[in-house]
Amino acid sequence: MHIVVCIKQVPDSAQIRVHPVTNTIMRQGVPAIVNPYDLYSLEEALRIKDQYGGRVTVLSMGPPQADAALRKAISFGADDAILVTDRAFAGSDTLATSYALASAIRQIEKDIPVDMVFAGKQTIDGDTAQVGPGIAKRLDMQLLTYVSAIRELDLDGKSIIVERRAEGGVQVLKTRLPCLVTVLEGTNEMRFATMSNMFRAARHPLKVWDKEKAGIEDITKIGLKGSPTIVSKVFAPSPKSVKAEIIDTESNQPKDLAVTLLAKLFTRKPDLVRDIAKNAPWSN
Amino acid sequence: MEEKFDAIVVGAGPSGNAAAYLLAKAGLKVLQIERGEYPGSKNVQGAILYSDALERIIPDFREDAPLERHIVEQQMWVLDDESYVGSTYRSAEFNKEPYNRYTIIRAQFDKWFSKKVQEAGALLICETTVSNLIMDGDRVIGVQADREGGAVYADIVILADGVNSLLAKKAGFHAELDPKDVALAVKEIHFLPQNVVEERFNIGEDEGVVIEMVGKITQGMMGTGFLYTNKESITLGVGCMLSDFKMQKTTPYALLEQMKEHPAIRPLIAGGEMKEYTAHLIPEGGYKAIPKIYGDGWLMVGDAAMFVNAVHREGSNLAMTSGRLAAETVIALKEQGKSMTEANLALYREKLDDSFVMKDLKKYKEMPGILHKNPQFFTTYPELLNRAAHSMLTVDGVDKKSKEREIRRNFMAKRSLFGLMGDAFKMWRAFE
Repeated sequence: MHIVVCIKQVPDSAQIRVHPVTNTIMRQGVPAIVNPYDLYSLEEALRIKDQYGGRVTVLSMGPPQADAALRKAISFGADDAILVTDRAFAGSDTLATSYALASAIRQIEKDIPVDMVFAGKQTIDGDTAQVGPGIAKRLDMQLLTYVSAIRELDLDGKSIIVERRAEGGVQVLKTRLPCLVTVLEGTNEMRFATMSNMFRAARHPLKVWDKEKAGIEDITKIGLKGSPTIVSKVFAPSPKSVKAEIIDTESNQPKDLAVTLLAKLFTRKPDLVRDIAKNAPWSN
Repeated sequence: MEEKFDAIVVGAGPSGNAAAYLLAKAGLKVLQIERGEYPGSKNVQGAILYSDALERIIPDFREDAPLERHIVEQQMWVLDDESYVGSTYRSAEFNKEPYNRYTIIRAQFDKWFSKKVQEAGALLICETTVSNLIMDGDRVIGVQADREGGAVYADIVILADGVNSLLAKKAGFHAELDPKDVALAVKEIHFLPQNVVEERFNIGEDEGVVIEMVGKITQGMMGTGFLYTNKESITLGVGCMLSDFKMQKTTPYALLEQMKEHPAIRPLIAGGEMKEYTAHLIPEGGYKAIPKIYGDGWLMVGDAAMFVNAVHREGSNLAMTSGRLAAETVIALKEQGKSMTEANLALYREKLDDSFVMKDLKKYKEMPGILHKNPQFFTTYPELLNRAAHSMLTVDGVDKKSKEREIRRNFMAKRSLFGLMGDAFKMWRAFE
């Protein structure tokens, strides 16, 4: 079982600031983290490895300092890490990125065939959710997005059954391997790295691939040239002004506070009463 | 898998980085363990970098270290509620390279320093807390990290885990911190465009100003305020002894908010956007509060060892220097083939006693005690001084001699002749 997990290093969006003068995003001093959605995919891949054995390779495209994200993945238990980095990739949008990553995965396959690819549901800096599906399409893999559980994995029969969140319910899907999976947040909880994996991560010789090593054939499909997306404007939305109300009761007892709070909520949102009555267990 | 290192450094602040850098550079197998997400994520300082201490560790640090502005002007303000009396020293000498002091932003500086440590060959592990020291009798032989398989061994463990060294406390090297020995400081960084900073403080590109403040901004508590200029921001903060906060039931942020409203300070930060708010403990107990700093298999450096000169607002330079001296001690013992016993590690204490670290701390050893017992230095005197200045500078037809008499009367009314003489003597003793 060989699983490739695609991850991205992103600025911690909770700490991002917009430069008050130039209106550009200030990345300096903002900590870089592994895209949180990718961690659910990585953990799911590691769990499959724990159960069925095999190998987990993490793959990332980004600037040289993105090696920190890959080392982090190794500390959690990934076996190998590849950083695809080249100036030629600068300015890539989701189309160019999925082209480059798909090309890199084909190179990985030359060593060991890939049974599954995991990607994050979306990134917190771009929020497009397009790269995972883009890779699947280019590699002609089955695509399973918004997966909330892996029910069954049949290695001999090369098939997988997953639960997928859909509008209004949960779909249970069965498909053949190889496939690409994006995992829903909350599906699992990332493990705590062991000390020996921390050492391994700190010492691991990462593979760094430029565009040639990544097997890029058509350089008009990467970087700015390969990116039809145009950013027309970056702006900081004005903060929503929501007036907080402090709820106070004379007794300050939790029960009285809760009653007061509920009364206020129901007054403001009369529909709530109806919805709660409809969904309450006693209504069936 | 059990790993054994020559040295384990716990903490990646200035003292830990200094020690780890020099040890790794000398070819020792070094492991550095940091509790924060990355080096600098939990570190707070004013922050002024004193070149000398770092120069002795990384002589060419100016080439790539993230430095904000070199200091060309130092102001000292004594404030009451409405005004301040101040002194300023500005010199063209400070504009000559190599510069002596810089403002820095620690999040960036620490990242740079840590990169140097890793390039020197030390292995850095972050997001890992050392929960215990591993002992063999009285001898420290390693550390227990809070991870599966977290036991790691070394010939020497250097405790550089900061002011509230839980490790030292657990191991019994330190008693619980006494609230009268630690200050709690809060600071904010306010963004302002570079040209505004330069116009407002009358400085050129790369030049910086330091303003140290004492007086009623601390509401009678023992402490000081400060304001530093960075490249595109202003750092503003205030710190007081923890015991005073406790007694007065004042919160540090309330104190800072009030300080920002002072008529002399408000215009300096006007229009700024707050970018960072941080708080930290500062060990200010001085010489008398220094715990045991070495023993079989271990050394203590930096804030953990209470190496802060509160009078001159120096800490990171003492931290780096103690880290350097600890590393030099370990390297010397290794070279001589000696083991890391308490008797051999006494060399560290000798080196410290011989350096400005202990000499300065010794010089001010009476200071914390005297200031604790005499809050008038933070309330009565600043007020009297400001009133005197106001009186002398108001031209209102009253003759100067009468004004002087009035000022003297004010002083006597507040402190009595005996009190004034006593205070003068106390200050002399504190600075002796």
